[in-house]
Amino acid sequence: MKALLVCEFREGKLLNSSYELLAFADRLGAEKAFLLVGNAAEAPKVDGKLYLAQVDSYGEYNPDQHKALVMAAVAKENPDYVIFLHSSYGWDLAPRVAVALKAGQVSEIVNLVDGKFEVSLCNGKLRRTVAPQAGPAVLTIQAGAFNFAGEPQGTPQVEAIEVASASGIEFLGYEQAEKGDVDLTKAEIIVSAGRGVGKKENVAIIANLAKAFGGELGASRPVVDAGWVEHSHQVGTTGQTVSPKLYVACGISGAIQHLAGMKKSDFIVAINKDKDAPIGEIADVLVVADVLQFAPVLAARLG
Amino acid sequence: MKILVCIKQIPDMESRFKVNGTGDWYDEADLAYRMNEYDEYGVEQAVQLKEQLGNDPDVTVLSIGSDRVGEALKKALAMGCDRAVHVQDADSGRKSPYQIASVIAAFAKDKGFDLIFTGMQSQDRGSAQVGVTVAELLGRTCATTLVDFACADGVVTGKRELEGGMKGVVKFALPALVTCQLGLNIPRYPTLPNIMKAKKKEFVVVPVAELLAAEPMTVTEKLYAPTKKGGGIVLEGDMADMADRLVGILKDKTAVLR
Ligand SMILES: Cc1cc2nc3c(=O)[nH]c(=O)nc-3n(C[C@H](O)[C@H](O)[C@H](O)COP(=O)(O)OP(=O)(O)OC[C@H]3O[C@@H](n4cnc5c(N)ncnc54)[C@H](O)[C@@H]3O)c2cc1C
Ligand SMILES: Nc1ncnc2c1ncn2[C@@H]1O[C@H](COP(=O)(O)O)[C@@H](O)[C@H]1O
Repeated sequence: MKALLVCEFREGKLLNSSYELLAFADRLGAEKAFLLVGNAAEAPKVDGKLYLAQVDSYGEYNPDQHKALVMAAVAKENPDYVIFLHSSYGWDLAPRVAVALKAGQVSEIVNLVDGKFEVSLCNGKLRRTVAPQAGPAVLTIQAGAFNFAGEPQGTPQVEAIEVASASGIEFLGYEQAEKGDVDLTKAEIIVSAGRGVGKKENVAIIANLAKAFGGELGASRPVVDAGWVEHSHQVGTTGQTVSPKLYVACGISGAIQHLAGMKKSDFIVAINKDKDAPIGEIADVLVVADVLQFAPVLAARLG
Repeated sequence: MKILVCIKQIPDMESRFKVNGTGDWYDEADLAYRMNEYDEYGVEQAVQLKEQLGNDPDVTVLSIGSDRVGEALKKALAMGCDRAVHVQDADSGRKSPYQIASVIAAFAKDKGFDLIFTGMQSQDRGSAQVGVTVAELLGRTCATTLVDFACADGVVTGKRELEGGMKGVVKFALPALVTCQLGLNIPRYPTLPNIMKAKKKEFVVVPVAELLAAEPMTVTEKLYAPTKKGGGIVLEGDMADMADRLVGILKDKTAVLR
């Protein structure tokens, strides 16, 4: 069994998450080959064949050309699996490769169960195992689900790869996340408001609880998207990654993208009216309550 | 200009889910349904573009599913889409993303849509495949995960959301397909007059058999609830009592309360 692992590269650097692909392929027991659109100085420290395309020629985001490069590497290796991280790069590129290969795709694999691909659905409330049809398959793996232990080491056998292909998309550059008034990564206590708080006016109730704890206000994404709280307060994959001594999640369901930003907190309290909310899986204490009623009672008790 | 918006109807994620009789999907009975959150941004963006271009674009909204998806389509019409296409399929939940995409592509193939909107993912299955696959099957430009969208003179400028709040700025010409990420805009609520108006808009029903030719490519083997790790303490009951118990636990197990 052979796997082609498609590494990621951004702003001139190999992304460390590329090693998660390696960890997954090892769990699969697959022979590995690699593809990187990057440069030799940033080649992953791995053993095996590395197909290297120059980022200067193909750009960091150029899906049509990157697809053509993957297909060129596939033609040489004939892999059983082409594997990406389920990231803004991977979920964009993987289906393009799947269609070109006429292969099935399994998205955001969280685990291997008896050699089968396990994925999560309905915001983590259900799981299922999925089987691709016979022939090559395209896989994306959930960020953080397959951890690479130890220091990467190895020396790839580099083979340059080139394709001639056009692209309909012009990449104009990056825009950095705006810097806000708080640095949540330094906070010891974070009390976060989720969509369960209902409306903008109610955010004050959660902010009061944060104050009673002597902590900072955090937020889940919908609260930020709706403009109730500034982006600098957002916790999760597209916000801050935090690990305070205490994290209190108020009316937050516990979507994987939120958990990714706070699951390393020392102690987690969730206040949610849904006893089955997935946040309960990682909470040290789950308070089953209407947070709008409970938060003032708790704040008074603290204050 | 012709625009297509693809929407999926999904169960409320706060529901309690049960495994169906064949063990390969959730039981779709007795659940409350709504429009997939990511798709609301697609509907809103299409309607905003229509308004911006002096009402010129003709916006079709399409959904594949059983009769109940008519509700989601009516909402999209009330938000401002011009016509609805319901591809009738009582078993759409169990179809693979590739099959769903091929049905959409078969419908769109000869209709000359300049722009197609889909969500970046569905909230129940979350494969993030259907949109890109439709674009590939139709052989057209595709940009995913947009949190910013502007279209003028047949050229789209958009911002793709990357990890950690960073964005990638992209530019491309129509025809194209884009997938919408949360926060792309602020989806409107349908007003009562618009709900009334929506009742008179064109609503076409097409049996899925007329469009489906593709094999599944992937199959669900088994569906189940995750094994509960448990371990955590669950507090229920009286508010004051729970507050006391929580403070006790925090004093006991953390160093944050004096
Ligand atoms: C690529 C990508 C990146 C993302 N990045 C992030 C990110 O960085 N951060 C992030 O947070 N999300 C992110 N998301 C979104 C994420 O998938 C979820 O949609 C989001 O986290 C849900 O936020 P929520 O829990 O506040 O809302 P919901 O999922 O709607 O949950 C609301 C919860 O509140 C509870 N509730 C309702 N009313 C009450 C009440 N009165 N009292 C108590 N509980 C109540 C409900 O039971 C429910 O559990 C991202 C998604 C994608 C696709
Ligand atoms: N049954 C369906 N009917 C119409 N559009 C759909 C359907 N399923 C998925 N889509 C579209 O494809 C997007 C991605 O879905 P998915 O690949 O399932 O994550 C959704 O946000 C919808 O825009």
